[in-house]
Amino acid sequence: MNQVLRMSEPAENTLYAPRKAIYPRSVKGRFRRLKWGVLGLAYGVYFLLPWLRWQRESGPDQAVLFDLVGRKFYIFDLVVYPQDIFWLAGLLMIFAYLLFFVTGIAGRVFCGYFCFQTLWTDVFLFIERLVQGERPARIRLHKQPWNGEKLLKVGLTHLLWLLVAFATGLTFVLYWGDAPELVVAFFTGKAPFAAYATTAFLTATTYVMAGIAREQVCTYMCPYARFQSVMFDKDTLIVSYDRRRGEGEQGRAKLGRDLKTREQRQAAGVGDCIDCGYCVQVCPTGIDIRNGLQIQCISCALCIDACDTIMDSLGWERGLVGYTSQRVEEGGDRARLLRPKVLGYAAVLLVAVGLLAWSVGNQAPFDLTVSQVRQPLFTRLSDGRIENAYEVKVNNKTGHDLGLTFSIEGLPDAELDMGRFRHIVLRPEQRLRLNARVKAHPRRYDGHTHPFRLVATPDPETGLPPVSHETVFYVPKG
Amino acid sequence: MADQSQQKAVQTTGHAWDGDLQEFNNPLPRWWLWTFYATVVFAIVYWILYPAWPVGNTFTKGMATTTFQTADGKEVTTHWNTRAEFIRDMQSGEEALKQKAYLEKVASASYEQILNDPDMMAFAQSMGRVLFADNCAACHGLGGTPAQIGSFPNLRDDAWLWGGSIPRIEQTIRKGRLGYMPPFGKVLSEEQIDALANYVLSLSGQPVDQAKAAEGDKLFHSDTAACYVCHTNSAKGMQSQGSANLTDQIWTVADVPGAATPAEKIERVKAVIRNGIQRQMPAWEGRLSDEEIKLLTVYVYSLGGGK
Repeated sequence: MNQVLRMSEPAENTLYAPRKAIYPRSVKGRFRRLKWGVLGLAYGVYFLLPWLRWQRESGPDQAVLFDLVGRKFYIFDLVVYPQDIFWLAGLLMIFAYLLFFVTGIAGRVFCGYFCFQTLWTDVFLFIERLVQGERPARIRLHKQPWNGEKLLKVGLTHLLWLLVAFATGLTFVLYWGDAPELVVAFFTGKAPFAAYATTAFLTATTYVMAGIAREQVCTYMCPYARFQSVMFDKDTLIVSYDRRRGEGEQGRAKLGRDLKTREQRQAAGVGDCIDCGYCVQVCPTGIDIRNGLQIQCISCALCIDACDTIMDSLGWERGLVGYTSQRVEEGGDRARLLRPKVLGYAAVLLVAVGLLAWSVGNQAPFDLTVSQVRQPLFTRLSDGRIENAYEVKVNNKTGHDLGLTFSIEGLPDAELDMGRFRHIVLRPEQRLRLNARVKAHPRRYDGHTHPFRLVATPDPETGLPPVSHETVFYVPKG
Repeated sequence: MADQSQQKAVQTTGHAWDGDLQEFNNPLPRWWLWTFYATVVFAIVYWILYPAWPVGNTFTKGMATTTFQTADGKEVTTHWNTRAEFIRDMQSGEEALKQKAYLEKVASASYEQILNDPDMMAFAQSMGRVLFADNCAACHGLGGTPAQIGSFPNLRDDAWLWGGSIPRIEQTIRKGRLGYMPPFGKVLSEEQIDALANYVLSLSGQPVDQAKAAEGDKLFHSDTAACYVCHTNSAKGMQSQGSANLTDQIWTVADVPGAATPAEKIERVKAVIRNGIQRQMPAWEGRLSDEEIKLLTVYVYSLGGGK
């Protein structure tokens, strides 16, 4: 990526450069097949998941539902409460390290195969090709003056794009409410404003990003594209042109009269690249891979498919454009996989996944938090005892009614007063705030603070273990 | 590495300084320019819709409006501003309507139903706390305990001058209370007041002069001082009079627990006997709605009521 800058005379004094239109040609091959597979899987999951039903003891029957109003995220049999928000931090950390790990080994795999910008641009390109035809037809259409045919084809393309964009936006909204209900409400004008606003916003962004902005998102907007280079090293897999083979001693040359067979070409000192330009034409970011590793390259590997197709038809061996690494390019044997950086990322990744899995697996059946009332810290009672007040919060995370009995541990002779709620029954997913008062004689507890535990014991038939929360009992001096 | 000849040459701005100093020109993408224009358009639309430009001692009001109701039920439409938006939100916002529904539920429930329902109790706690902070905390303290023993009763302890049952608390809030004890400074001699103070302190187990306390006992139950009329023969007080129980550990006027020496304790009790007590809690009926009084009653009851 050593960009060498050369001074030149100013051709035209432009401060703002228009986008150069790109008309990627279609290509067939193993990477294209892999990418269609990934796309099919991603679209299948994204568009169908909100419609998947799921049986629960309590709660909605939607498999994945992010209930913002109820402050609960339902993900199959897992219910995530606001208290579990640190899982999100764990998940984001895992994603980040996974990205570093994969990028360190294989470069911009995420960009080329999994990024939604790439996936949606692929679909939009597919629509464009379906309506307007292959690359030359599209270029011709673009150049021809506006007439009925152009209006119809361009209009239809944009209409279909908008439809896909709308489906994308609406589907996103369905994750935040009951999908069948919300769809009906949406089209009868009864859905909440947020649903319409979100759908409109995502329709607009999908349409603009995948239809109009396309590679400019990757080149100018995406931060990942900019900092990915720091994760690259000599052993990172990159999509690259085999310069030695392609250029030979005399450079590349088209198939000419005396340059048909490999033998002829090698005798003439010409490389294997026949300069057909197929690899340039299929590139969705409009670059020439033969110029080396460039910041615009999203490693989609379509140029590999393109070159392989040509090499196959010529009967020459594949790999003129292929996955390689800087070490191999410089004459090294093969990319080393076990590098300290990769091992480090893998270790951190494993620890993060392990911790998250352990935390999710050990989700408490109910939460109990106790906070001492600090205004006032204590109250003197008529019989001379000291009273401390506490705010108790309980949250039933089980799918059924939960009976709880409260008691205290570690304060002998103290009395717990919870009004009429010493024993309560929480509905499934119910959250409750209760008052607790603890009374004890100051003669026994002179001076300072005394740690104790407030214990919530589930009814015996639930078979759940008690949960306790430590807090302190404050006694004034004297 | 890329062949240098194939790299695109970077343009310069075309001007040369000092003979050979040139500036590269890497043109920004055109869409960036359009995005900038879009923000300009946004700003202009904003100026038209919302308050924006200062003009002399006023400002451009914008075309957007907000409609809300004043306290006396009149509909008012003003230019869009956050204060009016806030008022409207408090009247007809989503959360305000939810609160209204809960208020209606509480209004139609009996005290017994509220006290037995953890959900309604939690609501009474949240809203009661705010009502208490707005209306009661100035005297009774934010947590129901005044900053010091003296003028205002502590609502968290278990001594209730006027009764800590639900109906008594509601009556106290609705009608207010007038706490009065006549000053005895001119009626009784200094020795008599001293004897009474010793007796009163002896009732709650404080160290006193036993001879003086015996003297005070007689005075307390005599018609000279006539303390027993309000404080009763057993000195346990009477809720109908709001007279204090003198036998417990709670002091609402004389700061006995805060006194450093026994002599100071006696001095503090003597001051109360000498000067009497006159304190008043205002009536809140008419100033607060029935639902608000109900919520406050439940809230205060939950602080330390029941006695």
